[in-house]
Amino acid sequence: MQVFPFVVVAWILGVGLYGIVTSRHLVHQIICLIVVQSSTYVLLLGVGYVTGAIAPYFFDVPVHTPAVDPVVQALALTDVVVEAAVTALLLAFAVQAHKRFGTLDPQELVQLRG
Amino acid sequence: MTPRQRLWAFLAGMAGLAAFYLWGLAGLPGLGNYPGPYGFIINQIAVRQTNATGVVSAVNFEYRGFDTVGEEFILFVAATGVATVLRHLRGERDRPPRDEAADRRVPDTSEAVRMTALILTGPILLMGWYLASHAQTSPSGGFQGGVVLATGFILVYLAGLFLAFERISPVDITDAVEAVGAGGFAAIGISAVVMGLAFLTNFLPLGITPGAVSSSGTIALISFFVGVEVAAAFILIVSELLDQTLLIRQESR
Repeated sequence: MQVFPFVVVAWILGVGLYGIVTSRHLVHQIICLIVVQSSTYVLLLGVGYVTGAIAPYFFDVPVHTPAVDPVVQALALTDVVVEAAVTALLLAFAVQAHKRFGTLDPQELVQLRG
Repeated sequence: MTPRQRLWAFLAGMAGLAAFYLWGLAGLPGLGNYPGPYGFIINQIAVRQTNATGVVSAVNFEYRGFDTVGEEFILFVAATGVATVLRHLRGERDRPPRDEAADRRVPDTSEAVRMTALILTGPILLMGWYLASHAQTSPSGGFQGGVVLATGFILVYLAGLFLAFERISPVDITDAVEAVGAGGFAAIGISAVVMGLAFLTNFLPLGITPGAVSSSGTIALISFFVGVEVAAAFILIVSELLDQTLLIRQESR
């Protein structure tokens, strides 16, 4: 099916965003953000896919074999690294929020500040 | 805003997003019909130009090398940020790990978990080293290898040896190793400038056999430094978070 990967992208993005909006726990919310970001991997790899082509690695393979786009794959790698960095920072903030306010429920956190 | 209002605002936003997504999708060439030309051009010339058979690594550490410096420093800054956010606040002090409920004995880590973790540590460190040093050949490189290397250290914690984990990865040394990794990448780039070339020009001999460990010049070297940086950054992040749960307590609450 031609559009299947793009349907998967929309689904992953949608459930991730729904999770962020309805979350009652900061760690759960951070994991939902990871899910949202995962949709971009599928999108990037889907955009660069070439039917019937090999991965862009030419070890033991003739150089002129058709291969998928290596640029989006490199971008996906960047994406993963940034996600790891963002997640680490957010988890650190969650630890401090719990210490400061004694709760990890985003909806209670809003009330406390107000 | 009540949860119900929030959900309606979310649904309205999602409807707009879905419309734009479908509009954008209609303009795409369809799965498998990647129009190029950049990916195809790089696939054609990368092996000849860099002697690296892993074109993704060639893109990351050569063609987009400047971006990757920034990417590496994102991780560097994140690790620094975690250490800053989780610093000792006023009224917090270290205390040695002890059981929370004195009348209940915490069961030791089971022998099965401990043996598996200890048996896996060596092979995982070797695997991480292999990945970090073969960016030019195969789908690997410093980022992947670094994470696997860090996993080897974290397994020691999983084996129930928290104090051993702290001893083999002291924060000061991990910090220094991370700085060497991040600085090494930048130093390779600047060395090229000193030689009168552009920043991050591949100035090392490219070797003879494409994909050999000795091939691809600075790509392999940069990948090595990235591996060191990533491993140190992850160990730092994990040990900062573990310190929070195991060592640091507030004076009174």
